[in-house]
Order: sequence, then structure tokens, then C-alpha cells
Amino acid sequence: MYWLRRGWAELRNEVFVLPSRTLVLIWVLALLLLPLVYGDAYVMRILTMTCIFAMFAASWDLLAGYTGQVNFGHALFFGAGAYASALLSLKLGLSPWLTIWAGAAVALLFGFGVGYLCLRLRGSYLSLATLAFPLIALGLLFAFPDFSGGELGISGVRRLALTPTANYYLAVVSMLVIVFGLWLLADSKFGIVLHAIRDDEVAARASGINTLRYKMTVFAIAGAAAGFAGALFAHYLRVAGPSTLEVALSFQVVIWGIFGGLATIYGPVVAVFLLYPLTEWLGSFRAFGELRLLIFAVIVLLVLLFMPRGLTPFVRDKMETQCPRCKQRNGFWRKICRLCGAALQAQVSGAKRLVGHQ
Amino acid sequence: MLQDILVTGLVNGGVYALLAIGFSLIFGVARIVNIAHTAFYMLAAYAFYTLLVKTALGFVLSALIAVGGVTLFSVLCYRLVIEPVREHEAAVLIATIALALIFQEVMLFSFGGHFLGIPSTLEGAVRVLGVSIPYQRLLILVVAAAMLAFVWFVLYRTRLGLAIRATANDLEVANLMGMNVHRVAMATVAISVLLAAVAGVVVAPVFVVDPFMWLAPLVTMLAIVVLGGLGSLKGSLIGALIIGYVEAITVFAVPAGAYLKGAVALLIMVIVLLARPEGLFGVAFEEER
Repeated sequence: MYWLRRGWAELRNEVFVLPSRTLVLIWVLALLLLPLVYGDAYVMRILTMTCIFAMFAASWDLLAGYTGQVNFGHALFFGAGAYASALLSLKLGLSPWLTIWAGAAVALLFGFGVGYLCLRLRGSYLSLATLAFPLIALGLLFAFPDFSGGELGISGVRRLALTPTANYYLAVVSMLVIVFGLWLLADSKFGIVLHAIRDDEVAARASGINTLRYKMTVFAIAGAAAGFAGALFAHYLRVAGPSTLEVALSFQVVIWGIFGGLATIYGPVVAVFLLYPLTEWLGSFRAFGELRLLIFAVIVLLVLLFMPRGLTPFVRDKMETQCPRCKQRNGFWRKICRLCGAALQAQVSGAKRLVGHQ
Repeated sequence: MLQDILVTGLVNGGVYALLAIGFSLIFGVARIVNIAHTAFYMLAAYAFYTLLVKTALGFVLSALIAVGGVTLFSVLCYRLVIEPVREHEAAVLIATIALALIFQEVMLFSFGGHFLGIPSTLEGAVRVLGVSIPYQRLLILVVAAAMLAFVWFVLYRTRLGLAIRATANDLEVANLMGMNVHRVAMATVAISVLLAAVAGVVVAPVFVVDPFMWLAPLVTMLAIVVLGGLGSLKGSLIGALIIGYVEAITVFAVPAGAYLKGAVALLIMVIVLLARPEGLFGVAFEEER
């Protein structure tokens, strides 16, 4: 009883005070409870894929948004996870439960490798150089088709779970664990260091931060998370093909990340949950099937013209205001800050603001 | 085989140089990583095809109209899509990706996904040192050289070129000196897309024309630009020749080379970057803090 009351108090005081936290709670509950209410196999399938891509996009954000290492070749980690897991499970006959972790581990090694190679590059050089890595891997795969299956990829990979619902729960739970894990990591002291590296690497180094080690670690973590997503993808679709390494997938994750809002972790996840089902749904109409990608690109372009910082920062600023004194966020309906009691006045505009400054 | 390598490398290098110099120019002046650059090259090839096959305008006229039209269209795109979000680097980046996707899909929708063949502009071949070079490839070389000379003239012998170089060097100071930076950026976009469009028109009869023809040169072009040093025109030219020859050597001399040519070119870029992080001729941009 005590714990129930305590839990309710926590919920009321920490979650319901902010619309964004309430939305996150509703989203998590909806994801977990959906199969009990509506277990359509097609919807399960789309949501499973959405969860896999959400992990992938969130891992990109840790690397690009927080650390500023805008990776144009994030598909390398996804593909490495998918291929490693599929090869191990098919050639050695290992259980998929084991090979998923092996896929993530291989992607982690790839992350270390790419991170090591890119330590000295910055800005656009890094973006354009990382674009090369998945394409080099793709060229090697096509050059040795006996090993990699060439154009067709490796098919007949064993499933993790048999029913759509079980697969769905597997994807949802791993997505929640990874996304919240990345979020915690990004909110910790580690994440603050990453912000510092992105904003001014020289100053961060001057403050005694070993930026090289941090960058390598972030590459490895992001690689492992993306590789895990890739391995799940391979076992879910039962095929690891060249499409997991293509430029299109690398660009896709860049679009998701920037569309949702950089350096937020939840932004790319929101973007995937909006854009992926939308494109799939549009694709299911015969008339729209061919126009799917076109509509996707037009939507992204239009949204960006009005919200250049991305979708979630824009929406969040509409729903919440920041306390001018203690920098805590408050719901839009509050007149005074919920923690320090400072007045949250509405935005002063035009000439009044100038007067206030003098 | 040696002659094949020499000729193919030179021709491909010329095309790559046209693309890479345009990209480099726009990056140097406006700091835009223009993913849609080769999409304009594809648009020009399609425009050329339509004008040539559907209307009987003749080669020269349809080429001129295609290049001019695509250049105007690019300025329009810049004004409507890129300029409103210029301050947000990330937004500019995916705006160009989205533009490229839109062009690809529109072309896919209106022309279908199959390859389109364009009749060769010039028939026949000339023999030089025992290698027969088709006139079409010779035309590519001549046009590429002429365009490079044109760009050199514009950049180093006109007032506009002076403004472009000044803006590339330091945008804020150029602005303070009374140059209209927005107009300079627009002129740069026009010049850079002009180069891409010319490349698209001259290669259309040699390469295949399809909605996905922008992806492969995009990657090669980015590799060249990074290899030569972002924003450096000399670097782009030399990088284009290096990559053109490396690809030709891989295709002709290595088994399964057609699959590996992209990988080898990119590997060279990675190796150069490891030795010199700012590319061969790149000036290390001072930390923009």
C-alpha cells in the first residue's frame, strides 16, 4: 500500500506535471498494451519494423546529435550487425539469442574501427568520409558472393520467435531498453561531456577531457546499438541483404534524426514512429504506392521549412516553457515555476522588450 | 589495355572534375553540403533526352536549353528551399537530400525506371597512338576542358569571381566590405549547377539515363572532393583525375573489378584522409567557434 501511494505521488509530481513526460508514459503504455487490444498481424509487422528503426535512429543521434560526429555511413553498423548475426546463425548453427549479441559485438568493433579512423577528421570531412565505409563493405560483399550471398544476401536465417505478437514484444522491449538506456546515458555526466565535445572540442580538451577516448567510446556504443537493431532486423525478416548497407538507409537515418530534432534521443524515435508507419501506410494504397517516397520527401521538406530545428524541439517549446531562474521546464498552463516559484511571464514582444532592457 | 585505361581514366576524370569542382565551389562559398548536386546532373540528362527525342530541336539547341533550364531551376530551388533555412546547417543538409529524393521520384514517375538510350551526338572515331577514341568521348573531354577554362576565367578574371573568392575566404568580412553575400551565393549555385548540368548533358549519350543515375557519381564526387580537400578547386581537379584513373585501372586490371571500383576509390580516399585529414590541397579551415 505504501509503495502504491508512493508510486502515485511520484507519478503525479514528476510525470503529470509536464505534458511531454505524460506523452512518453502514454506512448510506452500504448506500445505495451496494443497487442492485447488489437492484434492485427500487419500492424504488428509495421510496428516491429518501426521499433527496430527507432533503435537505429536513436543510436545515430547519440553520435551525431550529442557528439557532433555527423555520421553519413551509419548503415555500416546496421549491416555489420545483420550480416554477422545471420552468418553466425547460418554457418555455425548458433542460437539466434546468442548471435544477436554477437552481431552487436561485431558492430561495436566496427564502431571502434570507424571511430579510430575518424579521430582526426571533423565536420564535413567526417561526414563525407564515413559515407565511404558502408560502400566499401558493399563492394567487398559483391566481390565475394560465395561468402556473402551477393545481391541476394543471406536468406533463411532462423527466427527469434514464432508468432507476430512475440516478435513484436521482443522488438518493443529491446527498443524501450535501448532508447531509455541511451537517454539516461545522454542525460548523465557522460552526455554533458559529449555536448562539450560537439560545441567546442578544443575547449573540452583544454578542460582536461580526453576527447579522443570519449569519441571512440561513443562510436562503439552507437555502433553496438545500431548493430543490435540490425541483428534483430535480420532475424525478423530472415534475410540479411545488401539493402542494409545502402546509401539510402544511411540517408534515411539522417533524415529521421534531423527531422525529429538533433541531440534529443527522443526526437529521432518520434520521427521514426511518425514517418515509417506513414510511408508504409501510403505505400499500401495502389495509387500512392509509387509516390510513397515523393510524399515522404515533400513532407520532410515542408516540415523543415517551418520548424528548422526539427519537430520535437518545436512542439516541446509550444507545450512547455523554461523557468528563467532555475531552468526547469513547466507546463504551458502554469504562471509560476513549479520548483522555484519564479514568475513565468509570457514572451514580451516588440518595443516593450527593448524598453525592458534599458 | 593500357590505352583503354588511359582514355577511360581521362574521360571519366573529366566528368568527375566538372561535378566535383561545382560541389567544391558551393561548399567553399556557402558551406552547403549539396547532396542534390548530382541530382541536377540527372535532371539535365533527362531534360536533354526529352528535348532531343520528343521535339526535333537538334543537338546543340536542346543541349543549351537543357543546361539553361536546369540552371534556372536550381536557383529557384535555392531561393525557395535552401535560403529560408540557411542558418540551420542540419536542416540545409536534409533539405538537399529531400530535394534529390523528390527529383528522383518525379523522374521515376514520369519516365519510368528503365534505362533510356540517347542516340550518340557524334558518330565515328579518331585514332590516336593506335587507340580508337569515339568522337563522343572526345567531345566529353573537349567540353570538360572548355568548362574548366570558363570557370577559371570567371573566378580569376572577373569581378564576380573576385567576390566569390572573397566570400569563400571569409563570409563576414566580405559582407562588411559591401558585397551582397546572398547574391554571391546565388551566383555560385548557378555556376556550380551549370557545371553539373553540362556534365549531365555530355555524358547522357555515353552512360545510361535512369532515375538512379545520380547515386553512383554522388559518392565518387564526394570521395574526390574530400580527397582533394573541401573547397579547393585545384584539389578537386587533381582528385578527379586520380579517382578516374584508379577506377579505370581497377575495372580493367582486377578480376571482379567492376564491383570493386567504387570500393577501391573510396579506400584511396580513406587512406589519404588518414595521412592528411584536410585532404591533398585543403586548407585546414580555422576552427569556427
